[in-house]
Amino acid sequence: MTAFAVVDAPLDEPSLRINPALTAAWLEAFLRDELIERRAIGRAIIGLSGGIDSALVAYLCARALGPENVYAIRMPYKSSSPSSLSDAQCVIDALGIHGETVEITDAVDGYLKHAPDADARRKGNVMARMRMLVLFDQSARRDALPIGTGNKTERLMGYFTWHADDTPPVNPIGDLFKTQVWALARFLGVPNEVVDKPPSADLEANQTDEGDLGVTYANADRILNLILLGYRDAAIVARGHDPDEVRLVRRRVDGTHWKRHLPTTALVSSTAINEFYLRPVDY
Amino acid sequence: MNAALVQFKPRKGDVDANLAAMRDAFAQLAGDQPELVVFPEASLTGYFLEGGVYELALNVPDVARRIDETWRAAVPDRACDVVAGFYENADGTFHNSAIYLRCGEPGGPRVVHVHRKMFLPTYGVFDEERFLTRGRRLSVFETAFGKTAMLICEDAWHALATTVAALKGARLLIVPSASPGRGLCGENELESNTRWKSILAAAAAEHGVYVVYAGLTGFEGGKGMSGGTCAFSPRGDLLASAGPLERCIVKIRLDEEEVDLARATIPLLGDLNAVLPDLWLDPEIPVMRRLEDDA
Repeated sequence: MTAFAVVDAPLDEPSLRINPALTAAWLEAFLRDELIERRAIGRAIIGLSGGIDSALVAYLCARALGPENVYAIRMPYKSSSPSSLSDAQCVIDALGIHGETVEITDAVDGYLKHAPDADARRKGNVMARMRMLVLFDQSARRDALPIGTGNKTERLMGYFTWHADDTPPVNPIGDLFKTQVWALARFLGVPNEVVDKPPSADLEANQTDEGDLGVTYANADRILNLILLGYRDAAIVARGHDPDEVRLVRRRVDGTHWKRHLPTTALVSSTAINEFYLRPVDY
Repeated sequence: MNAALVQFKPRKGDVDANLAAMRDAFAQLAGDQPELVVFPEASLTGYFLEGGVYELALNVPDVARRIDETWRAAVPDRACDVVAGFYENADGTFHNSAIYLRCGEPGGPRVVHVHRKMFLPTYGVFDEERFLTRGRRLSVFETAFGKTAMLICEDAWHALATTVAALKGARLLIVPSASPGRGLCGENELESNTRWKSILAAAAAEHGVYVVYAGLTGFEGGKGMSGGTCAFSPRGDLLASAGPLERCIVKIRLDEEEVDLARATIPLLGDLNAVLPDLWLDPEIPVMRRLEDDA
């Protein structure tokens, strides 16, 4: 008897692959539309950390608006890694965008003198919120719109400071997972020293994102994608994922829904804003 | 029939500006002597309005008058059929509608048909049925090309809707649309655009009908309307298509004989007519046939 050939379909897992050329064109069109057409603002300002997210956003803005219309602000604190500054400078030099450095040490320490009990987490939040304050003031000085640099993975994991990293009104990469950010950054030619280094919030010495999160971005992104598509934990584990990592990622998503919303307002009328009175952001 | 499909980004909520964009398209097309010009869904206001629809919806006579005036301002010496999507205020009931209008006639505008979108997407990024009432009938109407039907966006995603239009005699399906682009791993285009083309091509080839599609473009609050304006022959062949982002006009020529030839070659519609009673009258189909029936 001749055996039948068997074609055995694997358990399907939706792909995170992107076509980077298509993605870049779409996001550049988004930036031009949001800035020039909708707001008649031709300039963008970015807090350039030396990490991959803000570097990618700088590349997209330079391509969309022209490098002469992009302002990169480096905002180091005294404990920031020197390599963050030099990596940011690499991006500024490669693109030919405007660069400026605004030290936040005096401002942060001025406040922390009144908060001697602040732990590392509180200090990190103060730094993040100080950078937000500087970015918005610098944007007013230059008639430039602040551009957000938060990616989908950190937004879903709640791995950001509320009303700090998430405040810019326009964000081209907020629907891209971290691994997609890597793919797009490589395609656009972001310098290798920026793309290849371990991602870090650089709020403390030797800090890394993956150390803080307890899971690699590669695994987190696949798990997050399945969670967003509605898969239950058992179905995610069945696709080969570690049960502890699935629980960890699920817990981070479920514990941070509030960070992805505006503040909760007590509803007392039938004209409550964004509940009954509904108008789109571009109305 | 010379037809032109216009792809553009409306200015949100600014009817005058969007009529001015229509006028620009009419003026550019004047030398071609078009017989049909199609604009996308919600082309007078933009698509995402939420509660703003109650401020911006227009009644049919006003829409007819204003589009006719726009046509006359651009092309004073000829008549033309115009299709445009708009939000309709029908005495306090609001619809996502498309008008088929004869413009430029001496006696003023003639409303040939108004289709009210039947399938109102209310999931994910869409929230239409929160603000709008669905249409109740898919009609086929006479035009210079012959029997024609309009389907708005999701209407065309339901194979049954295009099938009903064809069974009622339509030889041309006009699909004004506003489709937020999704899916970035396609080879040459957004996955949502590829999906659209496969749906439209299947409808055209199965029923032997022309299918013309006009899509909005431009971003609305981060949601990028994916353009993709295109047309398919009654054999299901792509005649022309636009990209996702450009303001453009797609020009096509519709030949009535092509419909007959396609249907003669692959007579699926004729076969369906023969088998339809067995399919349609099957009591197991969950359709309410009398008021006392459970649907």
